Amino acid sequence: MNSNDYIIEIRNISKSFGDKCILDDVSINVKKGEFVTILGPSGCGKTTMLRLLAGFGQADKGEIRINGEDITNVPPHQRPVNTVFQRYALFPHLDVYENIAFGLKLQKVPADEIDKRVMKVLKMVSMTDYEDRDVESLSGGQQQRVAIARAIANQPQVLLLDEPLAALDLKMRKDMQIELKEMHRKLGITFIYVTHDQEEALTLSDTIIVMNEGKIQQIGTPTDIYNEPQNSFVADFIGESNILNGKMIKDRLVEFAGHEFECVDEGFGENVDVDVVVRPEDIYIMNKLDGAQFGAKVKSCTFKGVHYEMFVETDKGYELMIQDYNAFEPDSEVGLIIRPADIQVMHKERTCNTFEGEIVDETHVKFLGETFECLPQPGLEAGTQVNVEVAFSKVDLIDHPEEGMLSGDVYFLLYKGDHYHLTIMTDDGDHIWVDTNDIWDKGDLVGINIAPQDIKIVK
Amino acid sequence: MTKRSSWALPYAIFLVLFVALPLILIIFYAFQDGSGNFTFGNFTKFFTDADAIGTFALSLEVAIENTLICILLGYPAAWILANKKLNRSAVTIVLFIMPMWINALMRTLATAELFHMLGIQLGKGTLLVGMVYDYLPFMIYPIYNILNKMDKSYAEAAADLGATPWQVFWKVQVPLSMPGVVSGVMMVFMPTVSTFAISEFLTNNKIKLFGTIIQENINSSMWNYGAALSLVMLVIIGITSLLQDNKKEDVSGGIV
Repeated sequence: MNSNDYIIEIRNISKSFGDKCILDDVSINVKKGEFVTILGPSGCGKTTMLRLLAGFGQADKGEIRINGEDITNVPPHQRPVNTVFQRYALFPHLDVYENIAFGLKLQKVPADEIDKRVMKVLKMVSMTDYEDRDVESLSGGQQQRVAIARAIANQPQVLLLDEPLAALDLKMRKDMQIELKEMHRKLGITFIYVTHDQEEALTLSDTIIVMNEGKIQQIGTPTDIYNEPQNSFVADFIGESNILNGKMIKDRLVEFAGHEFECVDEGFGENVDVDVVVRPEDIYIMNKLDGAQFGAKVKSCTFKGVHYEMFVETDKGYELMIQDYNAFEPDSEVGLIIRPADIQVMHKERTCNTFEGEIVDETHVKFLGETFECLPQPGLEAGTQVNVEVAFSKVDLIDHPEEGMLSGDVYFLLYKGDHYHLTIMTDDGDHIWVDTNDIWDKGDLVGINIAPQDIKIVK
Repeated sequence: MTKRSSWALPYAIFLVLFVALPLILIIFYAFQDGSGNFTFGNFTKFFTDADAIGTFALSLEVAIENTLICILLGYPAAWILANKKLNRSAVTIVLFIMPMWINALMRTLATAELFHMLGIQLGKGTLLVGMVYDYLPFMIYPIYNILNKMDKSYAEAAADLGATPWQVFWKVQVPLSMPGVVSGVMMVFMPTVSTFAISEFLTNNKIKLFGTIIQENINSSMWNYGAALSLVMLVIIGITSLLQDNKKEDVSGGIV
């Protein structure tokens, strides 16, 4: 595709605050008129990305182009973009009209033209007759509309929206979503929308960019992102999902939850460890075992309005979430079917912890800034650079951070049907992945120990 | 009266004894002659006395000049202090605020000594320098406070809409910091209008201010005339504080 078709080209942008890397080599292309949502949990770098686009703050590395023009070092007031701020940032000393006319007056637009444009955008956000109102006398939803009107009055080529609906209540949010979509259609300009609300992203966007820890996890249409998540983070973050460890036995055959299933994925190789995602609404549940792929026992059943949400324990001891229009009583025996097309197979990002280390002496190795005891390593001299591998299940987590060789906190957790897969962020900012049956919460402080026999030294 | 509201009783008594009662006494005395008869004489005496009116005008002039100089010096100072890029340390703020913690009389005496040492002739110039020195922190602090607390997204929104840094300053930050300036004006203008000690020390009593006249009258037992002059000053102060009340902006960020 010709690069001129892109209105925004973000190339290899990196940004750190102090030691913390907020954006790590991010590249994004946005087509003219697209509605693009940057989606991710708080702290994933999405707001920083938006601020760099608006011109607040400088990237450490990389380049931003709008309409083919390098704007990386252009100050905010000269960029062809306007922003709808999270908390609106309406000027409290100006009324609604003056707020919206602010940018037009700066551009020395003639007064009658300003009048026309203000009335037009007020009409667009359904706030006609509010022009003389004091902004502080408006409700949250009305302030939101004025903020949008103010941003589009300047007729920007790109509208940046920083979680604009976050402060509104649910009902209002739903209404505004529909209006935003409609506005996008009418204006025909490019929208870059930042949110942590996956449902909002799925509803609004042409393209979703899922971010985590400063990196892009996946870019795709809402259906792509939902139906074919590329990794367990995306699968977990977007919608509800059952994420399990699996093994690709051969093309079109995958094993998980203790059973073999036909699937539609190919090209993984034979006997390769994979992550498997099955959406809870894609598991067929029935009263009889005849014709079922495997059996399970219902543990709980909760009414959720449109559907029932059930947790079942399968015959091989895995817990699955199932959503169905019919309720199945707890303790009842049920049969389950998963269709090939509903099984999403993903490459595992890693199969064990790998650290860079250095041999200290025959029975000690240094990694993650600490010296660990290991089994005797004959033939390896002190100072040798090695790789250290530790299986997920061999990392010991303890309640008291001070009793561990390392300490850190639970940064992310994923339930995998029969165990938890935790991401631990050490105090030095390194990641350790742990499989455990113990129940931890996000943010828990933990001590980390690794037994000598579980440290595998790879030259 | 509920139990909790009775806690307010000591304060109410205090207010009546030390605020309301003296005010009533001032009004009472202001409209009396020496033998206790009702009269407007004290006021006619003041408004027909060219000297007294002149002093009054001079007091207002000095107070206005002092306030203006304090704004001109204090606003940029507060701006620099509140700007995280220009000022990263809390120490500089304390350095600016510290003079507020020292008794004004002592500072004034020290300033007078300094002028004496440098051989500078005491007069209106030294009076203004001394007053600005005394009251500048009272201007800086409320402005600094409001600038420091100002949501930076206002400035960002203005820049986003096309305002140059200079336009951001004049069209957004200055108007939004006005409550701080108003608080500063209250805290500088009102005390300077009624001051007498500063003018006494810093001009060697060459320049008399309105406060000095009130003090002299009261000292020489001219209670009724002194009360009438005090009332005139109270009216001036009242008018100034009305300026503040008319501003509906939230001043909570201003005075601490």
